[in-house]
Amino acid sequence: MTRTKNSEPVTDVDVASGRSGGGTVARSLAQRFSIVIALVVVVAVFGSLRPDTFLTTSTLQGILGSQAVLVVLTCALLIPLTAGDYDLSVAGVLMTSQMLVGVLNAQHGMNIWLVIVLCLLAGVVIGLLNGGFVLLFGVDPFIVTLGTGTILSGAVLWLGDSTTISGISTGLTDWVIVNRFLGVPLAFWYGLLITAGLWYFLEYTAAGRRLLFVGRGRAVSRLSGLRVTRIRWAALVASATLASLAGILYAGTTGAADPVSGEAFLLPTFAAAFLGSTAILPGKFNSWGSFIAVYFLVAGTTGLTMLGAQSYVSDLFYGGALVVAVCASRYSRRKEVRESGSL
Amino acid sequence: MSVPAHAGGASRVGAPPVVEARGVSKSFAGVRVLDSVDLDVLPGEIHGLLGENGSGKSTFIKVLAGFHEPDPGSGLRINGEDVPLPLAPGAFRDYGMSFVHQDLGLITSLSVLENLRLGTFSRARDWAIGWRRQRADARTLFEEFSVDLDPTARVADLDGTQRALLAIVRAVHEMRTLRGGARTGPGMLILDEPTVFLPETGRRQLFSLMREIAGGGSAVLFVSHDLDEVREITDRATIFRDGRLRATVQTSSVTDTELVELIIGRELPEHGGEREDVAPTAADATVVVDDLSDERVESVSFALGDGEVLGMTGLLGSGFERIPYLLFGAFPAATGTLRTGDGTLSLPAMDPVKAIAHRMALIPADRQSNGSVGSISVRDNAMLQVIDRYTTWRGLSRPQLARDCQETLDRFDVRPPIPGIAYQSLSGGNQQKVLLAKWLAADPRVLLLHEPTQGVDIGARAQIYEVVHDAARSGCAVLCASSDYEQLAAICDRVLIFDRGRVARELRGADITKDRIAHECYTLADRAVPAGPVGPTEGEGDG
Ligand SMILES: Nc1ncnc2c1ncn2[C@@H]1O[C@H](COP(=O)(O)OP(=O)(O)OP(=O)(O)O)[C@@H](O)[C@H]1O
Ligand SMILES: [Mg+2]
Repeated sequence: MTRTKNSEPVTDVDVASGRSGGGTVARSLAQRFSIVIALVVVVAVFGSLRPDTFLTTSTLQGILGSQAVLVVLTCALLIPLTAGDYDLSVAGVLMTSQMLVGVLNAQHGMNIWLVIVLCLLAGVVIGLLNGGFVLLFGVDPFIVTLGTGTILSGAVLWLGDSTTISGISTGLTDWVIVNRFLGVPLAFWYGLLITAGLWYFLEYTAAGRRLLFVGRGRAVSRLSGLRVTRIRWAALVASATLASLAGILYAGTTGAADPVSGEAFLLPTFAAAFLGSTAILPGKFNSWGSFIAVYFLVAGTTGLTMLGAQSYVSDLFYGGALVVAVCASRYSRRKEVRESGSL
Repeated sequence: MSVPAHAGGASRVGAPPVVEARGVSKSFAGVRVLDSVDLDVLPGEIHGLLGENGSGKSTFIKVLAGFHEPDPGSGLRINGEDVPLPLAPGAFRDYGMSFVHQDLGLITSLSVLENLRLGTFSRARDWAIGWRRQRADARTLFEEFSVDLDPTARVADLDGTQRALLAIVRAVHEMRTLRGGARTGPGMLILDEPTVFLPETGRRQLFSLMREIAGGGSAVLFVSHDLDEVREITDRATIFRDGRLRATVQTSSVTDTELVELIIGRELPEHGGEREDVAPTAADATVVVDDLSDERVESVSFALGDGEVLGMTGLLGSGFERIPYLLFGAFPAATGTLRTGDGTLSLPAMDPVKAIAHRMALIPADRQSNGSVGSISVRDNAMLQVIDRYTTWRGLSRPQLARDCQETLDRFDVRPPIPGIAYQSLSGGNQQKVLLAKWLAADPRVLLLHEPTQGVDIGARAQIYEVVHDAARSGCAVLCASSDYEQLAAICDRVLIFDRGRVARELRGADITKDRIAHECYTLADRAVPAGPVGPTEGEGDG
């Protein structure tokens, strides 16, 4: 064909849409920002239905601040997902580090900064163990992290004696949820910073590119001289470390450590990660997509609760979003398979 | 355009064409890659489809398969009846069509048997699958085609040849089963570059199958870049250029030069391969390989000089195709050493990281699973080996990366030269060019090639030869494992011919001709005991 330099570049997106009728720019833009649009719609709908409660500054500030935990945890998950591995232990790690804060700081009075360092170290160790099982024994990371995640939640119940520990140092809560910048709790800004950092890492560093190659084509990566094992291991360590940070933020947000509630983070984290991968850079796990997805999911559930829905509605919403998102992102791949002559 | 009034050889006069395409067009994101194609394929004919890389051959085929939705205004008649476009997925079966796609369309994580039966699964009404019977049936089928495949093997563990054979057997078998149905018409077998992975014997066999099918009144549409093949097997041929149908010709009435001109729109520049008859001695060679063995290669030793292009060939299973991978550490050798300018390396302990550190580059034959990642952009694939050069204190310099990538794409004449598109949206030959670009960007000292021009059109093939020669001239040692004798004759200074895992012959200088290489390969094989079964795996251990 003739040189097409000046024509519309075909992006990954158009290819993913498989049976193409000619992916126009407008359509691909709409896809990119679908989730932003969804967020605006949800806010507008609930805002008009419950203007006095939903659209108040305090509600918005509350949502922005408290959900930073989910933002950070989702960032943690995105790293192994990009490398092609599931990490189901992120919620377990979050609970562990939150409980460590409770036990060491509230019960034993250890200095909060020292506790934070210890928590992050614990994350590193858990990540090393996850990676060790996966890569030295060649076990599916899905299974390994399901196991370690469950062990960790058991350990947390045992460690915390099945009770909530309150009295965490105000040093932490001040720096997480009490102090504000532009009227919004610092936690939100931490989430924003980590999201931006992860974006930078995945899009603007050579290491980020390598991570993507490892996730998309193991054989290609190996033959291109990437140290596949090392990279996957590092991804699991990074994920556990960031998940610990999320646990610290969680302790700071609630001012207490309870041994069960952290479990509820697992599903929303996956929902946000997959939902995020359908937008901004569709077809690719990306942190801004997930960032917006988190707030979309939370806006949805908060709004529904304000309309008087029972609390189980959030499960319905998160679960539904996960299924829809995964279907949407798999849809294109199915088409690819269909191409293969015999289907 | 010269559409002859009467169709070629075996076709039945009077019967409607199996397929009549009328003004078929297809655009991707506003770029028209097929432009009102009118093409008739007659019952009983073998119809060649030729054209440069990216000229739209596979796209046309995918329209027939119902995978691509053609642009409005396109029309299609099958067996003389108008059919609605786009064709529903799988509808081609109702018309008795069956396909071997360029990427073969196998699901690598499934077994040979499951792949063989995919088509039937999607239609069968019965509940349970009688696996034992299915396995036995498959064995009989493979025996009938004298193909050595284990129904229970995973497709991921097969090598390229075996995969191609599987896809071909599947399509031909499907074709036969479909012909049992009443309303299918004569049917058509569509083969998109089926021969690139096939050894000579496989090709012979495929050709006789094609003749048999055409003799039974069905049509065959056959895509190939090899003019000799096209001449040998087709009755008529259609040439695409830039998405347009240039001509449909009676194959026997055109010369090669005419064909080439139709395909690339100009004459092919003569390839000037000045050949020096200098075999390096172990002393002055850049690379000396000693006592290399694995399960299918026995104690192979050879030397490779700076600027030399060393060919390796042999029949299927002779082991030559493993050498590049063993040297690169892609799979482990049992014994052997590799001596380069800076030291001796043990081959059993070799891995790609080390190989790359010694400035070696491997261009694998299977670009889909070993070469590049289809869902990632051309830019990232092409620049992967040199990405570190673009790291600044602010992170990757993406504009610089894009500029250099653009330059590379232009230099290798990749079309379309758009860095941002996904690798898999390039045509097969252009994917191959990007793969070469990726490795040459790293400025290797030892270049290991395996079937480097498979799927590449004749114009681009000459360009790739030029690229290889340039690399050699700049001091790179090149090793090329290939079963394309013409290619070996065009680029090699020396050719080693393998037989049962050993180097059996060495050709150099004027002896390196296509015919001589073929002759040597076959006489070696004839003297050999009937070749045992080909080893089942091309163990492609990853991770
Ligand atoms: N899914 C897609 N999205 C965008 N462009 C595409 C897509 N598929 C094919 N193209 C473009 O359409 C053109 C025709 O490609 P096609 O695969 O039909 O070529 P081909 O004639 O089969 O070439 P080859 O001999 O290399 O296999 C190419 O320029 C290719 O880049
Ligand atoms: Mg093609």
